[in-house]
Amino acid sequence: MDPMLPRRYRVLRARPESAGVATVDLAPVDGPPMRFAPGQFNMLYAFGVGEIPVSISGDAAAPVLTHTTRDVGPVSRAIVGLKEGDMLGVRGPFGAPWPVAAAKGRHVLVVAGGLGLAPVRPILTHVLANRADHAGLTLVYGARSPQDLLYADDLRDWRARPDATVEVTVDHARPGWTGRVGVVTTLIPRALAGVAPDSVTAFLCGPEIMMRFCVQALGQIGIPPSACWVSLERNMKCAVGFCGHCQFGGDFICKDGPVFRYDRVAARIGVKEL
Amino acid sequence: MAHPPLLLRDPRDLVTALVAAGFRVIGPKPAEGALTYAPITPDDLPQGLTDTQAPGNYRLEPGPPGRWFDYVVGPHSWKAWLFPARQKLFSADRTAAGFDLTAHEDPYPPTAFFGVRACEIAAIEVQDRVFDNGTFADEGYARRRAATLIVAVNCARAAETCFCATMKTGPRAERGCDLALTELATGTGLLLEIGSDRGAAVAARLALPLADTARQAEARAISARAAAAQTRRMPQDVAARLAANPEHPQWDDVASRCLSCANCTLACPTCFCSDVEEVTDLSGAHAERWRSWDSCFSIDFTHVHGGSVRLSTRSRYRQWMTHKLSSWHDQFGTSGCVGCGRCIAWCPVGIDITAEAAAICEGGPP
Ligand SMILES: Cc1cc2nc3c(=O)[nH]c(=O)nc-3n(C[C@H](O)[C@H](O)[C@H](O)COP(=O)(O)OP(=O)(O)OC[C@H]3O[C@@H](n4cnc5c(N)ncnc54)[C@H](O)[C@@H]3O)c2cc1C
Ligand code: SF4
Ligand code: SF4
Ligand code: FES
Repeated sequence: MDPMLPRRYRVLRARPESAGVATVDLAPVDGPPMRFAPGQFNMLYAFGVGEIPVSISGDAAAPVLTHTTRDVGPVSRAIVGLKEGDMLGVRGPFGAPWPVAAAKGRHVLVVAGGLGLAPVRPILTHVLANRADHAGLTLVYGARSPQDLLYADDLRDWRARPDATVEVTVDHARPGWTGRVGVVTTLIPRALAGVAPDSVTAFLCGPEIMMRFCVQALGQIGIPPSACWVSLERNMKCAVGFCGHCQFGGDFICKDGPVFRYDRVAARIGVKEL
Repeated sequence: MAHPPLLLRDPRDLVTALVAAGFRVIGPKPAEGALTYAPITPDDLPQGLTDTQAPGNYRLEPGPPGRWFDYVVGPHSWKAWLFPARQKLFSADRTAAGFDLTAHEDPYPPTAFFGVRACEIAAIEVQDRVFDNGTFADEGYARRRAATLIVAVNCARAAETCFCATMKTGPRAERGCDLALTELATGTGLLLEIGSDRGAAVAARLALPLADTARQAEARAISARAAAAQTRRMPQDVAARLAANPEHPQWDDVASRCLSCANCTLACPTCFCSDVEEVTDLSGAHAERWRSWDSCFSIDFTHVHGGSVRLSTRSRYRQWMTHKLSSWHDQFGTSGCVGCGRCIAWCPVGIDITAEAAAICEGGPP
């Protein structure tokens, strides 16, 4: 099969999340639904505009394919503008997933910044559906402002779960916001109060600088980089190791990542302009 | 090689035999003062040419009369045929229900590459691994590669920029070719070695005499001389040194000279980076996706929302050279440099990858 040729999908449902951010549910026009693992991504092709990498943000057990995209340029704008019934091309799934199954018996910590909640959402749905397999679940989620929070319904449902801890913070509050204000790093110790550090597996997704500080903060409370997983982002033109754009030292982020154990990439993350 | 070597009087006869066997023959063709690889007829094969190469310098010029292959590699490489500089991936046409996708395949008839140097065979083998990485395979590349017969030429001389011997890729083609020629003393013909059954089938059309052992020894001595003539060396520990030295001051030094022009990446026979772009017609009802060569020296190469990751020339040159000589090993189990010297000759400011490698290996942590 030609790995550069998309399959056609149709939009079953499109819904706005926040200003410039929308989520679409997709189903293939022909052929079986896509099987994927949490953390993988697709190349989404907008007719006449182009193709970009977007993480799969839906439930791996659900029959539809879900993507949440922020409008930052021509292709993402076309995807955010999709309506029910529209068609788009999809190649994938690509990349190394979050090792969720390997976190069996462990306390799963998910730290997300901004749109970083999209790629970790499949972890949350999976762990919540198989909650007995894990010692615990904590989500720490930070957004720029209350208006930028994604997945309002999910957040409400997750918060209502007695067997999960959910902490949400914003950088800038607005009138009416009664939640926390500040960066996610400061919330981590509180969110993990009473949890044995050596039982934690952390999955982090957000700006590189945020992930770096979070791993430091986790280290301070006894959770080593080898228990931390991050998802990295680079320009991608192919997702299959051909175009060279996503190289990060010896790794192709599209194929060897985007999910990496932090200790594998720690030294490189510190090098400017790598 | 299972088949005994033969003696060929005139290389044009081999081109004729390849054409008769149904191959399109791509071979050396001088154009605009440089050697290129283009479709040739037997009579196109140039004679009496040599080249002078040095950092930032290339000249194709008259050489000893009667010699067929005294020039070495020019700015072109075979990758232009196996991995075309621009290829259409697919087209999309708007329909009432959305759009239709049509995969695209450029025709590629059975093709013989005539005059492939040993370093170039190594470069093709390097790209073979890139385009079939164990998880994904580029179907077009695989199709073209399978339809290609390789006729090697073992270099009788090396340019000043050549360093295949230190990269262990040449100058003698020990494998990876269907046929291999070594030009013997002027006027005495060429040794024709056979590397595959496909090659043997072509050679059989010529009913050539066997080459005696003296001729075989002469050919080996010619290759040994071409190796001994090379002066450039690659430090043996370069891969580890580069990996350990992303902040070496030499990167600033080379950045002060490098123009970020991307000549080196375009000339390099192993560089594989590509861009993909969307092309639409005026009606907006027809779109095509095209893949074209790209370079890690271009500023947009690492563009992500918010800006490029590698903004400075320092970071881009570092990426290029560290990838070639170090991280390529991590990715593909080989060096990404085959020692052809193209990047040295075609760099407008004469930056020499072997000199830069030596400078970094000398200072800084091991
Ligand atoms: C593995 C991965 C997962 C991603 N998941 C999501 C997601 O779930 N939701 C989401 O909204 N965005 C996601 N992104 C980022 C998204 O791909 C970019 O926002 C998008 O490429 C911007 O393209 P554009 O044409 O709209 O904008 P422009 O900024 O004009 O981009 C032009 C071109 O640059 C490249 N590019 C620009 N920004 C990025 C970037 N951040 N990453 C990679 N290539 C880029 C693309 O090739 C793009 O076509 C992800 C990126 C990666 C690598
Ligand atoms: S890096 Fe330079 S010498 Fe090495 S293969 Fe590429 S062009 Fe040839
Ligand atoms: S090394 Fe030379 S050829 Fe390569 S980008 Fe710099 S100036 Fe151009
Ligand atoms: S996106 Fe093309 S090599 Fe990774």
